[in-house]
Amino acid sequence: MSILVYANTANNKIHKSAYEAVSYGAQLAEKTGDSVSAIVVGNAENIDSLGQYGADKIIHVTNDQFNDFQPSLIAEAIHKSADANNSSIIIFSHDLSGKAVAPILAARMNAGLVTGAVELPNTDGDFTVKKAVFSGKAYAHVKVNTNTKIVSVTPNALEKKEYNKTATVENVAVELPTSRLKVLSQKMESTELPLTEADIVVSAGRGLKGPENWGMIEELAKELGAATACSRPVSDMDWRPHHEHVGQTGVAIRPNLYIAVGISGAIQHLAGVNQSKVIVVINTDADAPFFKSADYGIVGDAFEVVPKLVEAARAMNLSN
Amino acid sequence: MKILVCISKAPDTTSKIAFTDNNTAFDTNGVQFIINPYDEWYALVRGLELKEANGGSVTVINVGGAENDPTIRKSLAIGADDAVRINTNPTDALNAAKQIAEYAKENGFDMILCGKETIDYNGSQIGGMLAALLDQPFVSNASKLDMAGNTATIERDIQGGKEILEVETPFVLSAAKGMSEARIPNMRGIMAARSKPLKVVEPTAFDNATEIASYELPAAKGACKMLSADNPAELLDLLRNEAKII
Ligand SMILES: Cc1cc2nc3c(=O)[nH]c(=O)nc-3n(C[C@H](O)[C@H](O)[C@H](O)COP(=O)(O)OP(=O)(O)OC[C@H]3O[C@@H](n4cnc5c(N)ncnc54)[C@H](O)[C@@H]3O)c2cc1C
Ligand SMILES: Nc1ncnc2c1ncn2[C@@H]1O[C@H](COP(=O)(O)O)[C@@H](O)[C@H]1O
Repeated sequence: MSILVYANTANNKIHKSAYEAVSYGAQLAEKTGDSVSAIVVGNAENIDSLGQYGADKIIHVTNDQFNDFQPSLIAEAIHKSADANNSSIIIFSHDLSGKAVAPILAARMNAGLVTGAVELPNTDGDFTVKKAVFSGKAYAHVKVNTNTKIVSVTPNALEKKEYNKTATVENVAVELPTSRLKVLSQKMESTELPLTEADIVVSAGRGLKGPENWGMIEELAKELGAATACSRPVSDMDWRPHHEHVGQTGVAIRPNLYIAVGISGAIQHLAGVNQSKVIVVINTDADAPFFKSADYGIVGDAFEVVPKLVEAARAMNLSN
Repeated sequence: MKILVCISKAPDTTSKIAFTDNNTAFDTNGVQFIINPYDEWYALVRGLELKEANGGSVTVINVGGAENDPTIRKSLAIGADDAVRINTNPTDALNAAKQIAEYAKENGFDMILCGKETIDYNGSQIGGMLAALLDQPFVSNASKLDMAGNTATIERDIQGGKEILEVETPFVLSAAKGMSEARIPNMRGIMAARSKPLKVVEPTAFDNATEIASYELPAAKGACKMLSADNPAELLDLLRNEAKII
């Protein structure tokens, strides 16, 4: 039997989260004794690299329609591969691709789906998967009852493990119906480091007083090799672009390090960041609620602390 | 245009999260429930705007017990024409999606709008499942939706950017930020909601593909280490040598 992992791509590149998903599949395979196949749809560079994170076999599926993001067709290609390879466990990343494709596949295969896994499934007896619920305020252990099991993994939740396997590549051209979604155009973000993939995020809130003061935040981010984020009022007031808004109603992130400057730490903000491994809070108000969720805190004025931090980071030459 | 909006009930974001029955059930004691924000702010309000511009109707549907009726009434107060409640407590997304799909098949809708996810179980499942069960196109994480006749122009978030696409009705869409602005129900809406129809439909029996075995609260965070504002280099030092993350 095999575990099938959907290795998603963006801009013709294997996505970082795809390596995580493959590594998750490989770690699960160590428990179940299955082999690991990764499926890539459409053009992508460097697909052999999936072996490094544990794929035994790479199924490369091509069809002209895969130049656009077509969840229904991707689900169909995965379905066909799952049948052909006798895969009873299918793994996705719980990112924008997985969120669109996995539920379609689950309904078509009548399979139980657990989205947003934060640990390997427990396979002693039942098959249960731990996931964050209530916006990170709790976890649930979800038991899958169906023979086919689909799991999507929260990005950045687990350590990627290297296997350095040499995977065989199988090229498959699939016949697919014409999609009813007609893609007109794409606007890819120019930012080199998308927020949800960043290991370090520097974020700022209303405490910064105005958009003209973000220079030091960007500088700090640059020194740390970090992405930038903001609280909701900041994006609502158009001080910062909307895709930077983190929290309950914005994006949820779980970087290794989240630095919050001039953000009070409202529960709705925390909902999007409380899964970060380490949280640093810089705030003038010693009673700001954010300190309760932080690992390191500095009570101080951002306009004094941040420039000093930039200088110190520069001296350590961290971005290299 | 016949629009179906799927609404779920979620604990208010400020709710204290606790569990009972040996950590197998969510403790609803003292919890204030709201309509899941994505369903209310984006799916429902955009549905209402489209109805106001083009005519038609907006029906809201919920899979849940009678305790959900006040939440459903709130969506009627915001402006939905009528409501359907499928009378079963969903424990599994696929089961809930099948219940909604049964109703949608019988009643035929031009579009089905969902939220991108619920803020309690954070599933991101039901929209895509519904589309598959109804064999309709699925547009996930949409941030804009405009209609011209039967053609929808939609902007959606994809990995690494945004995409603009066209699709003919019928389709299923999951709504994210950007679709519309929240509406606050006014007194007239609240009064009118009392007499709008809320139909209760008995469920179809399906197996549960998944079930929640138990819950767990995260380990309490250790105390925050407070550092001096005068020497931020100390912070970087700790991040490197203690936390080992830079
Ligand atoms: C349903 C709902 C959903 C929401 N969703 C989100 C969400 O997704 N994301 C989100 O962020 N918010 C969300 N909010 C809003 C949230 O409740 C807070 O209002 C918001 O997070 C506050 O933003 P802030 O911390 O930037 O501003 P404030 O609360 O105004 O805090 C500013 C902070 O800056 C500090 N400060 C001031 N001057 C300085 C200085 N010179 N140096 C250092 N610190 C300084 C202050 O002490 C204060 O703590 C939501 C609200 C609701 C009701
Ligand atoms: N019990 C329910 N009844 C009706 N619609 C629901 C229910 N649960 C979820 N939904 C809809 O499906 C969307 C995605 O939910 P989920 O897949 O549970 O994250 C929600 O935003 C709602 O629009």
